[in-house]
Amino acid sequence: MGSVEHAVSETEQHGPAKGITRWLYTTNHKDIGTLYLLFSLLMFFVGGCMALTIRAELFQPGLQLIVPEFFNQMTTMHGLIMVFGAVMPAFVGLANWMIPMMVGAPDMALPRMNNWSFWILPFAFSMMLSTLFMAGGGPNFGWTFYAPLSTTYAPPSVTFFIFAVHMMGISSIMGAINVIATILNMRAPGMKLMDMPLFVWTWLITAFLLIAVMPVLAGVVTMMLMDIHFDTSFFNAAGGGDPVLFQHVFWFFGHPEVYIMILPAFGVVSEIIPTFARKRLFGYVSMVYATSSIAILSFIVWAHHMFTVGMPLAGELFFMFTTMLIAVPTGVKVFNWIATMFRGSMTFETPMLFALAFVVLFTIGGFSGLMLAIAPADFQYHDTYFVVAHFHYVLVPGSIFSIMAAAYYWLPKWTGHMYNETMGKLHFWLSFIGVNVTFFPMHFLGLAGMPRRIPDYALQFSDFNMVATFGAFLFGFSQLIFVYNLVCCIRSGEKATARVWEGSHGLEWTLPSPPPYHSFTEPPELDKNNTGQS
Amino acid sequence: MSQQQQPNRTLIIRLIAGAVLMFGFGFLLVPLYDVFCQVTGLNGKVLNTGPVQDVNADPQRRVRVQFIAVNNESMPWRFRPEQSQLTVYPGQMKQTAFIAMNPTSSTMIGQAVPSVAPSEAAEFLHKVNCFCFEQQPLDAGEQRAMPLVFVIDAALPEHIKTVTLSYTLFDITPDTGPVAAVTEEPERRNL
Repeated sequence: MGSVEHAVSETEQHGPAKGITRWLYTTNHKDIGTLYLLFSLLMFFVGGCMALTIRAELFQPGLQLIVPEFFNQMTTMHGLIMVFGAVMPAFVGLANWMIPMMVGAPDMALPRMNNWSFWILPFAFSMMLSTLFMAGGGPNFGWTFYAPLSTTYAPPSVTFFIFAVHMMGISSIMGAINVIATILNMRAPGMKLMDMPLFVWTWLITAFLLIAVMPVLAGVVTMMLMDIHFDTSFFNAAGGGDPVLFQHVFWFFGHPEVYIMILPAFGVVSEIIPTFARKRLFGYVSMVYATSSIAILSFIVWAHHMFTVGMPLAGELFFMFTTMLIAVPTGVKVFNWIATMFRGSMTFETPMLFALAFVVLFTIGGFSGLMLAIAPADFQYHDTYFVVAHFHYVLVPGSIFSIMAAAYYWLPKWTGHMYNETMGKLHFWLSFIGVNVTFFPMHFLGLAGMPRRIPDYALQFSDFNMVATFGAFLFGFSQLIFVYNLVCCIRSGEKATARVWEGSHGLEWTLPSPPPYHSFTEPPELDKNNTGQS
Repeated sequence: MSQQQQPNRTLIIRLIAGAVLMFGFGFLLVPLYDVFCQVTGLNGKVLNTGPVQDVNADPQRRVRVQFIAVNNESMPWRFRPEQSQLTVYPGQMKQTAFIAMNPTSSTMIGQAVPSVAPSEAAEFLHKVNCFCFEQQPLDAGEQRAMPLVFVIDAALPEHIKTVTLSYTLFDITPDTGPVAAVTEEPERRNL
């Protein structure tokens, strides 16, 4: 008996396979998490280059660098790549790495499907990016691909775009199924749902949102496909369809989608702030309920994206008030983070700096969202740079900063080495300044009436655009510091301890840094310090 | 291990079923949207068609009905209402026409799509007969008056004094969008 056990434990401790097949065939959650994170970093730079192309063209009024047709392709692809290629895979990567270690599971529940859901993505994005080299150019109708721009007037490459979206959708749904199965079925014995770390909770809710809305996105692009190739008239008024229907179906997906991109960020910040404030999270239960309420409300607010299509007054009021209602649970979260910090003994390492910037700047983005929620005011702001400022404030210093915070927070755990703190702080401050210099002037541009998605503008907008372009290049190039720091951290650096951070708590910190290739093959013992709630 | 797989399998089946259902729900939104618009008259579509018998006719009241003809982008037909506005009383059956002329050198098919403003008036506009019910083929150079017979319902809310009926004409000639443009070209040069 003893010899059998011995033999089994030896085979279980085998390391990763060698060479490229390790990454192609891997079913290990840590490997797949790494793949997701590196892929999203690559896409972040691809989408970032597109953003800098846009900003370079907008540096001065008039057309200098690119033709308007290509500008349209850049705005469209920048949005699509950043949403589906950078932010979403980054969070799935974090989920892959952290959820099994946080709930004390040996791996994700469905490891082979996990491999598949990652490896679909490079193909989907290769297909999407290849449209830029096709006759007629890539998608040029905005990331929201409103019909009939994306049907009747679309370039021929739109079919490739549709299939790329289908593949991303399949990948996301499989990822979500995996996350739910892992969280619901593979928690360490004794870990109740209300014991889970908040990052796990927010991902559980996000995964349900993904399962609910990614199929709707697949449905709407399928309708487009049928309108384009099979003579149906879902969105074609001549055949009895309605283009406004497209917007309703799209935003029924689109609004929960924006919470898919922010709820895991809430989870990350709820892990980091208690660590560096050296206090337990204030209001754990209210955090869980607030996150759930935001998720549920996200299904009944979609038409606030389309106040100007011609809705009856009752509709405008309904969507206006439900949208404002979301500020309540969001406010609960923000105040909980502040209360967590209150009288804590705080230190300001790089992850904490990013998390604090998240709280401040996301709140600014939330407030401009409230301004946009006011239907009569929205008629003024609609499709201006104010909207651009709003959603970049919630996505860049919101989602992206939280991903950066998470990367710095868990890098020592993942690699076993501390990153360079000075470089990390430099990266943070340049990013923080760059983001604000880029996006804050856009509020003023929007209020003054500059329309979005236009390659040229009136002369009175010149100064703020110039400032925004400077900020964008500062932000973009300071991300290279992160890459350099990352490479240094992987290759060398001070050895990290298992706990890494003095105030950290949770099961992932009970493992050595880096964790063994297979962790928690035996369920861990839970104690008060290992769970999310005090 | 099999103890672990059993709850996984049930859960996965449920989650996949959820995803499939939501895919179906996406398509269900299409008829739901139509029903919603029908109930609220939201997108200004006229849904009441066929003959009507209105016993509550009110000859004292006057409602102005305006007609607008719009060509969808790239539709080359000349398209205009016979009369730009009419005054009717609720319950009165009235006939008018829209004139369409195909200036190109090829046979084309048009389809008119109606819209009513204000949208709350949509459900009170009955069309007894309308050229928009059918596709309208016109030979090269042909002109035709396309008839419209309508009744305003007596239940039309008191505050509505003017109803605007707009038609947008779409080119639905199969596969000839670009061809029609090409055949039109020499004609223009002759002019």
